[in-house]
Amino acid sequence: MAILEVKDVSKRFGGLQALKDVNLSVAENTVHAIIGPNGAGKSTLLNCLVGKLMPDTGSVLFQGQSVLGRKPHEINQMGISRVFQTPEIFGDLSVQENMLIPVFAKRDGAFRLHPFETVEHEAEVIDEAMAALEEFGMADKRHMHAASLSRGDKRRLEMAMCLVQRPRLLLLDEPTAGMARANTNRTIDLLREIMERRDITMVIIEHDMHVVFSLADRITVLAQGMPLVEDTPENIKGHPKVKEAYLGEAA
Amino acid sequence: MLGLNKRDTRFLIIVILLTLFTPFLLQPFPEGSAMAQFNGGYPDLMAKIAIFGIFAMGFNILFGLTGYLSFGHAAFLGVGSYAAVWMFKLLTLNVFPALILAVLVAGLFSAIIGYISLRRSGIYFSILTLAMAEMSYRLAYSVLTPITNGETGLQVRDTDPRILDGAGAAQYPNLFGLELSTSWDWRVLGHVFTFNVGFYFCAVIAIVMFYVSLRIARSPFGLVLKAIKSNQTRVNYTGMNSRPYTLAAFVISGMYAGLAGGLLAVMDPLAGAERMVWTASGEVVIMTILGGAGTLLGPVLGAGAIKYLENIFSKINEQVLHDWFSFLPDWLADPVVWLASRFTGEGWALTLGLMFMAVVIFLPGGLVEGGQKIAGWFRRKPPADGGDDPEHHPKPAPHVPHMANTGD
Amino acid sequence: MDAIFLQILNGLDKGSAYALIALGLTLIFGTLGVVNFAHGALFMLGAFCAVTLQKLFSLSYTVIDETQKDFLGNPLKVEVSYLEGWFGKDLGGALADWSVPLSILIAIPIMVVIGFIMERGLIRHFYKRPHADQILVTFGLAIVLQEIVKYFFGANPIQTPAPQAFRGALDFGVLVGFEPGAVIYPFWRLVYFLFAAVLIGAVFAFLRFTTFGMVVRAGMADRETVGLLGINIDKRFTIMFGIAAAVAGLAGVMYTPILSPHYHMGMDFLVISFVVVVVGGMGSLPGAVAAGFLLGILQSFASMNEVKAVIPGIDQVIIYLVAIVILLVRPRGLMGKAGVMEE
Repeated sequence: MAILEVKDVSKRFGGLQALKDVNLSVAENTVHAIIGPNGAGKSTLLNCLVGKLMPDTGSVLFQGQSVLGRKPHEINQMGISRVFQTPEIFGDLSVQENMLIPVFAKRDGAFRLHPFETVEHEAEVIDEAMAALEEFGMADKRHMHAASLSRGDKRRLEMAMCLVQRPRLLLLDEPTAGMARANTNRTIDLLREIMERRDITMVIIEHDMHVVFSLADRITVLAQGMPLVEDTPENIKGHPKVKEAYLGEAA
Repeated sequence: MLGLNKRDTRFLIIVILLTLFTPFLLQPFPEGSAMAQFNGGYPDLMAKIAIFGIFAMGFNILFGLTGYLSFGHAAFLGVGSYAAVWMFKLLTLNVFPALILAVLVAGLFSAIIGYISLRRSGIYFSILTLAMAEMSYRLAYSVLTPITNGETGLQVRDTDPRILDGAGAAQYPNLFGLELSTSWDWRVLGHVFTFNVGFYFCAVIAIVMFYVSLRIARSPFGLVLKAIKSNQTRVNYTGMNSRPYTLAAFVISGMYAGLAGGLLAVMDPLAGAERMVWTASGEVVIMTILGGAGTLLGPVLGAGAIKYLENIFSKINEQVLHDWFSFLPDWLADPVVWLASRFTGEGWALTLGLMFMAVVIFLPGGLVEGGQKIAGWFRRKPPADGGDDPEHHPKPAPHVPHMANTGD
Repeated sequence: MDAIFLQILNGLDKGSAYALIALGLTLIFGTLGVVNFAHGALFMLGAFCAVTLQKLFSLSYTVIDETQKDFLGNPLKVEVSYLEGWFGKDLGGALADWSVPLSILIAIPIMVVIGFIMERGLIRHFYKRPHADQILVTFGLAIVLQEIVKYFFGANPIQTPAPQAFRGALDFGVLVGFEPGAVIYPFWRLVYFLFAAVLIGAVFAFLRFTTFGMVVRAGMADRETVGLLGINIDKRFTIMFGIAAAVAGLAGVMYTPILSPHYHMGMDFLVISFVVVVVGGMGSLPGAVAAGFLLGILQSFASMNEVKAVIPGIDQVIIYLVAIVILLVRPRGLMGKAGVMEE
């Protein structure tokens, strides 16, 4: 069954038609990749999914509920998390504190005034955060300033922060952008492992075909704001239209 | 103790001792000695330090923790003063109703202003708060004269109703009859130490407010505020609504400011609009930055340093300078005195401006960071990282991560 | 009708000053990305250029005039200004009379140099720092500048009259068909408005029609790309800072006959100018100018007795109210680009 349903979404910026009648259906517990050349509208589409942009027409349904017009924190509370192209973490805080915030958000919701409780006394929250840090192999770095982490560790931390909230849907915006091949492979392994262990759906926007073909169950190719094809990786690889629009250009 | 861990308890105890012994600490020189003019241990100054310390502590919750630079906080200070004086006029010269009303009114006022200004962040927020405060200031001077008494300022008069005070009640602000201006002098070894009810009253409140801000900083709420300062986008994408958090921080800091304004009125029962002018808001920014924004003790130290220096510098006139430099030959003494007098007496504002620039340029972390650096040199290692982040959770060494753990 | 016309005229001179200061603020913010709280101080320094020249021109020495006797028959001591001594009574007197407009000549180089020093010595090191730090350090600088001026010129306002020829008022209404005496407008305010219009026109022409201006405009739109083209944008930005300082300074010079300069005037104008920039749209030059005039005129309407009778105190707060409404309803300002600092 489809967990995310995008219907006839169009978005125009002045004279530029960024998205035109985009339809997308993401099945539960699959990895769905969205690829396309630069300027194809991938990021615009992603921003429409998380409430940062409002499409001109169309609808976006998550588990049957519309996400349009909702604020980022409300969309998160529905069960959608997002990993950014450049990791968005709390650079001034320690790694452990970075992990505490999403755990508090999961427990307390959008707002709770708790000025006279003490972080140190929140044993359950700390345990959960520490468990997540260990799962992602960052427990030994818990006292480090997040800003002083390496780029790869920052991305890993951001992913851990998203996943500790047990989202139903994880949106990843070029999770391997700017990475060396070895680290790209490590990220692929990490995502694969997450898919195996959890009930989770992923939508990945990616430039790197290697990543896409290693992970995706289905692929949608966008070109000039319109979905060109949607199919399995095997079929996409040989698709003449895709070759023409994208792969040919990349090769 | 009091919900604090060991380190913070020790920290709090040190702050309490420092505060209670202020009359000694600021009075290191014997009476009549040449250095006596550097003594700052008189009640008026000490109370001012405590009051502005409270103001800066509150401002720090908004600016230091949450990262919102308000340029209009003096408005809440002014509102607090007006509210307190009205309570003196209408109800009683006992200080508690006045302070309670000051805090409530300032809280309400800051909730309104915060609700509007927090719809923007960054420099827009600064300009919005600036515009709001300037508007309040101008209103206080013009149409609100029936409430503020315009340029003259609001004062306590004999003709005020003061319905709770009986015929024989104290004629000055008091704690259930004990007048705040009451002082005892203690003369020992050529020193004179003054113990003043008003100062100790302000000091105790300052300690309580320090404790409150310590608890806030250590709370999940405080952690979220720090997260908002660090990366508001991530906070929102993590499922928290940053708006009510920032509004809560704004109102709390507004209430601190209102309390400080109320205490100013308690020490000297009058209130004028000049307390709300935007350069007065700039002053609390200076205090916070000078001490160290985001640290707990910094703003108090900054407030103390500014108020002390203001007091001492303003007192140094050319005559004093001539006496100091009399050991120099005349041809040298005159230019030195001329130069020094540009920065003292009337020239205090110039020194303040220069100090402000110097701190922002050379020591953005303020006095606290400077102190840590110096302490670091002595220990021959860089200042301890995450100093105020005690070991939360002693855990056995993490097992070997099941995934390779290197970055690129 | 004539009352409305008069209020529009009355708003123009204040509006001109707001527009000129806001123009400089926007140039600096748009090109350098710096929020300059010392910009009001530059306006004030300009005004004190005029004060300085006036004082220099009135320096005098005493001579014994044998042709004039006092009541005891002794020769009379007469104060003669150096100018009259050097250039003769007519030319010297005229120079002293015209000291304010003449100050423009000295204010331009002085303000440009001050702008260069500020940018090179201080602002440059704050490009990469947060806006809060920029606000704070320039705020400190503004205090320092105004205290220095206070030391040399004292705390009281100093009268700096316009040339004799412009001291009267013009019955402006007659020219446009109202009753005589209905719309009386002081000459100097008209001069100030025309001066501001020329200055604004000059800045816009400079940005539009010179290569230098083109590069700067491109830099305002996208600094990095222009840097990549190998153009030394930093040097141009220094010059831009000098120009912005000169514009603020000239606005101050010519404003002196309208408002006697005092050391605090910069701070007073600064707050309003920031509001003007925000209303116009951060980074939009036409927006800054339009908002400057708009707010000036609105302020003058709000100070009409008829308006004050309906909403007391509105004259004091109208500008801030407009700013608050604009920021909440249309955060990018009247003419700001979409997406520029809308958060």
